[in-house]
Amino acid sequence: MDSGILTTLIEALSGTLLDILPIILVLGFFQAVAIRKVIPHLKQKLIGLGLVVLGLGVFIVGLEQCVFPIGSQMANQLTDLNFLAGYDSARVEALQNSSHIDPGIYLWTYIFAFLIGFSTTLAEPALIAVAYKARDITTGAISAWGLRISVALGVAAGVTLGVYRIVMGNPLHYYIATGYAFLIVQTWFAPKQIIPLAYDSGGVTTSTVTVPLIAALGIGLASNVPGRSPLIDGFGLIAFASLFPMITVMAYAMITEKISERKEIDEPS
Amino acid sequence: MDVFPIIVVIAFFQLAIIQKPFPDLNQTIFGVFLVVMGLFIFILGLESALFPIGEKMANDFALKGNPWWIIFFGFALGFSTTIAEPALTVIAGKAGGLAAGAGAIENTENSIANFVLGLRFTVAFSVGLAIALGVMRILRGWPLIWFIVGGYTLIVLTTFFAPQEIIGIAYDSGGITTSTITVPLVTALGVGLATSIRGRNPMLDGFGLIALASLSPIIFVLGYGILIYGVSI
Repeated sequence: MDSGILTTLIEALSGTLLDILPIILVLGFFQAVAIRKVIPHLKQKLIGLGLVVLGLGVFIVGLEQCVFPIGSQMANQLTDLNFLAGYDSARVEALQNSSHIDPGIYLWTYIFAFLIGFSTTLAEPALIAVAYKARDITTGAISAWGLRISVALGVAAGVTLGVYRIVMGNPLHYYIATGYAFLIVQTWFAPKQIIPLAYDSGGVTTSTVTVPLIAALGIGLASNVPGRSPLIDGFGLIAFASLFPMITVMAYAMITEKISERKEIDEPS
Repeated sequence: MDVFPIIVVIAFFQLAIIQKPFPDLNQTIFGVFLVVMGLFIFILGLESALFPIGEKMANDFALKGNPWWIIFFGFALGFSTTIAEPALTVIAGKAGGLAAGAGAIENTENSIANFVLGLRFTVAFSVGLAIALGVMRILRGWPLIWFIVGGYTLIVLTTFFAPQEIIGIAYDSGGITTSTITVPLVTALGVGLATSIRGRNPMLDGFGLIALASLSPIIFVLGYGILIYGVSI
């Protein structure tokens, strides 16, 4: 192991330690002042917290070794005009000077956005945690994988649409307001049990793995598409990635409900 | 299994589309190994610490009977975890540069630092408030959908008066505030509360804290933008 990895490991560990420190302080304060009881199995829980810090630290170092540098570089290369124009300098110039950009030339960027949104979400530790909890409460009626895949599809669709918006340069809030309106209407028809979980999944999805890669994609795009500013147009992808999972999770619940209803009709027990 | 899809996507694009070999294959493979190990260790810690701690505290608070303690606890947890959140620090810094560039604040280091600090406090306060409100909702059994519809209406209305420069940042800030350690703890807290209180359903009442914690920063950051930039229509 060379010293580079060791430094990043120490950095990642101190980062997660900084994350967990305020939590421990708040927990300790309220345990001492409000609850005034000795914590049962204190040693086991402290070891568990240590595992959380260590696990996240190692996880982040691994990501920095294998995913983040290549992923960000890739996002940059895929949106590079030289790459899009097949390294033909005459076409690059034509693209730079044209006022209207054919959104079709970014086809590979859309595909990349979809696949990277889907795959990073599946590896998101916070989503794994929530999916386990939901499975335990419903004693398996909501499967952990079913939830994770529907959230991942939502992030994928959201990021792709967000990329399309950056290419077109449309105002963000038109998309988001439409999404909210759709969401509220869909909530009327969704099974009641799923609604809080669906709305939670919006905030859960975008953390450790997804945010750095999506941010790199947004900033790469906004600095490479002619006429876009990375400061104004680079933001907004995370908003899309938080909105769409709510829609897909509700859709997942509606579909599984329909299927189980049909089963009950088919085989009355 | 959890990480496998990312590897496939990255490898496909690197080899088939960009058509370049991996810069350092050994390092990449070692990184994959670390990711898998790290995730495994994290999940061990999750089941042995974060989940039980959140549930036990919810249970103890519920037995204690005084609701104000747990509402205050919710606020403290939300505020303290958000103020230290690295992703927030990064995005607030970018927003500061943007505000100085647009001439909304003076382009000096001092006034940018003030803007950034103010933004971080605004977001942290809004997350604290959201969790406190969410805890109150669980205690009373209010339906989540009232808060969601009300919150979205507020967001859409505030957006009309907010400056262009803050809208993207505000909408993104909703997604970045809930970190990997906070989410399991807050979820366990909500579900634990809903399980401990008679008449509450863990699915219907227990979830929803994260939803509120991602919604309220949007409103507050938009409000902060209006305060700094002035009303724009």
